[in-house]
Amino acid sequence: MSIELGHFALVLAFAIALLSALGGLTLWRRGERLAAVLSQAAILQFVLVALAFLAVVHAFVVSDFSLALAANHSHSLKPLIFKISGVWGNHEGSMLLWVLILVLFGALAAAFSRELPSDLTNLVLGTQSLLTAAFAGFTLFTSNPFARLSPAPLEGGDLNPVLQDIGLAIHPPLLYAGYVGFSICFSFAIAALVSGRIDQAWARWVRPWTMLSWTFLTLGIAMGSYWAYYELGWGGWWFWDPVENASFMPWLAGTALLHSALVMEKRNALKIWTIFLAIITFSLSLLGTFLVRSGILTSVHTFASDPTRGLVILTMLAILIGGAFLLFAIRSPALRQGGLFAPISREGALILNNLFLATAVGAVLVGTLYPLLLDALTGTTISVGAPFFNFTFGALMAPLLLVLPFGPLLAWKRADLVAAGQRLMGFAALAVFLAILISALAGNSISLVPVGLLLGFWVTFGAIAELIERSRIGRIPLAESLRRLAGLPRSIWSTAIGHMGMGLTVLGIVSVSAWETELVTTLNPGETAELSGYVIAFDSFEQIPGANYVADAGRFTVTSPNGDLATLIPERRTYVASGMPTTEAAIQTYGLSQLYLQLGESLDDTHVIRVWHKPYILLIWIGALVMSGAGILSLSDRRVRFGVPQTSRRTKLEASR
Amino acid sequence: MLRVTLLCLALFMTPAAHALGPDEILPDPALEQRARDISAGLRCLVCQNQSIDDSDADLARDLRVLVRERLVAGDTNAEVEQYVVDRYGEYVLLNPRLGGHTLLLWTAAPLLLIVGLVALLVARRRMVPPTPDALTPEELAALENLKHGSDKTGA
Repeated sequence: MSIELGHFALVLAFAIALLSALGGLTLWRRGERLAAVLSQAAILQFVLVALAFLAVVHAFVVSDFSLALAANHSHSLKPLIFKISGVWGNHEGSMLLWVLILVLFGALAAAFSRELPSDLTNLVLGTQSLLTAAFAGFTLFTSNPFARLSPAPLEGGDLNPVLQDIGLAIHPPLLYAGYVGFSICFSFAIAALVSGRIDQAWARWVRPWTMLSWTFLTLGIAMGSYWAYYELGWGGWWFWDPVENASFMPWLAGTALLHSALVMEKRNALKIWTIFLAIITFSLSLLGTFLVRSGILTSVHTFASDPTRGLVILTMLAILIGGAFLLFAIRSPALRQGGLFAPISREGALILNNLFLATAVGAVLVGTLYPLLLDALTGTTISVGAPFFNFTFGALMAPLLLVLPFGPLLAWKRADLVAAGQRLMGFAALAVFLAILISALAGNSISLVPVGLLLGFWVTFGAIAELIERSRIGRIPLAESLRRLAGLPRSIWSTAIGHMGMGLTVLGIVSVSAWETELVTTLNPGETAELSGYVIAFDSFEQIPGANYVADAGRFTVTSPNGDLATLIPERRTYVASGMPTTEAAIQTYGLSQLYLQLGESLDDTHVIRVWHKPYILLIWIGALVMSGAGILSLSDRRVRFGVPQTSRRTKLEASR
Repeated sequence: MLRVTLLCLALFMTPAAHALGPDEILPDPALEQRARDISAGLRCLVCQNQSIDDSDADLARDLRVLVRERLVAGDTNAEVEQYVVDRYGEYVLLNPRLGGHTLLLWTAAPLLLIVGLVALLVARRRMVPPTPDALTPEELAALENLKHGSDKTGA
């Protein structure tokens, strides 16, 4: 019964979304009263979709296998958390989650729209409802999660074992929150184009939404990367896989949008470009959804390949994105550019940032789609893999990282590059020194490693240059410096912390690519092996029964170079329901480095083991966490909050003095 | 991320095949390192986007063994690569070769950067201080008034 109620709730939400979209987009001049209706409709859409979602979750939790979705993707023996996460571990359920997050953002936009002019509210909520109608309709008509089975099977078909992991509970919701959050920026862009109202206030409303989505997307991508790292069994953390690229492109575009919206908010410049980026960013999110959901790419994320669904999504995409760009083409020439600035200025630096990020988006997009298009047009099949992306992307990021520390030190309008350079001199020297020292110690003579290290340290230290500058550490008493630091606006802190996170990630990537060591060998219980100073003793081999699997497990004692003992138990699992095997690597953390131990297949009487030492690999994800933290800090700044007026000029001057 | 392996696991994994195993590693470390360098650029043909080094598929194992055989036979890295391409097609290379069919792929990034730079320069040239709006009829009238007023006082 609850299933049918859920189904009905989704149908109702679809109908309300359709009406809201029609009303909002045609009658947007009608003012306050329409805005009130649309706000309530947005909240109602959220409540209804949440009910629909809960109905499916309930069926999974109580193992109601009369629901086809549960019968195909769940199992009564699964632990509770995987029963719940299993809801979105399949095509239909993940579309429902997509719609749920879409209406959640719609409801949030409605709740926070009180300060907005009613025209803008109407258009934003109308566009948001249009998106909801499109995707709720897609879910209902092509991927109905509420289909019943009769007779109901006694047992479910089980969730793919690789997906039975805490990663599935966290990764898709975060990623979708990032993807879908950009829909608000998209709706604001459409509203701006339709109403012609594009000013600094618009940028101030859009930036928190961009920041929120970007923070979620950063966390989602980092989480997915760490999940792949520990689950796949050989410690790879980024593959330039098309599906990964699909999530990475909105991140790059979103990063560019964050920076260009800043220029628009502070200086009223880059308006057309910012609108364009807002449309592009969400379009890339949609493209990602299309690539993953259409079955064009065969992957574990695709769940089910159904060409008709792909065609429907492609059509929706063409209409939504095409319509948005058509509107852009018609309306943008009428927009007035404002805000003059010299090339060497904060604006100039942010434009450079946007140039490189946008080019990187283009390069990744071309690399991802090129093989598909070439195959479709000429029948020639080629592969575009990690070596291509590493080279192209690396070449574009290096100059960006090089100029990054200068940005925050340059003044708006017209800046003194030499003065900024002088202030960074110490940090540059420190970065060069450390890069040379570490390269010399590690014995890398001719390679890109020193360059990578240099960039990593340069960005990490350069990020705090502004903090040091403003607090005058070393030039005035320490207590006074600390008081100044505490008094700095949060936007300055979040800029510094965000950039530092970027530097940390670069350092992690460089060190693990350069100094990872590996050992592949056969070992019997009682024998030992050694890798990078770590002694790995194979104690015993046993079978451990799990909740819904049986595992071959090895028990290893690892002695680190400074004598610490640790017990590692890597497993090879066979899942009862599907008979599928998975490897569960054992990972031991030493500071920022990790030892990664995988129990391989049994070979005759002996066991294959694979061990990797991954120096400073944790920096990759710590950097991402630091970046997300900077995003949250920035959101907590009262000056970016909705409707709160700018800090008065006097307070600002005091803070910067 | 997970996609690739899963597909391989699901479709192609037999108990005999696994990622690089100890029995495959060459005794000569220099030669083995070259084998690794080559393998990192070769695609597991039955997987989605995985190098043969990381893949569990049978075919990937065959390719790993083949690469090592050619190396032991004295081939250069380029010769080994060509040998594999001759048999499996260019699809096997993760780093596509520069040629007519990949010209756009390889030049896309530099082209985009140049287009972006040119667009910036053009935008910069166009960026002139906004000319003040023309005077409104009221303002003109007021101006006229002032002129006349001064004329009168002058007369």
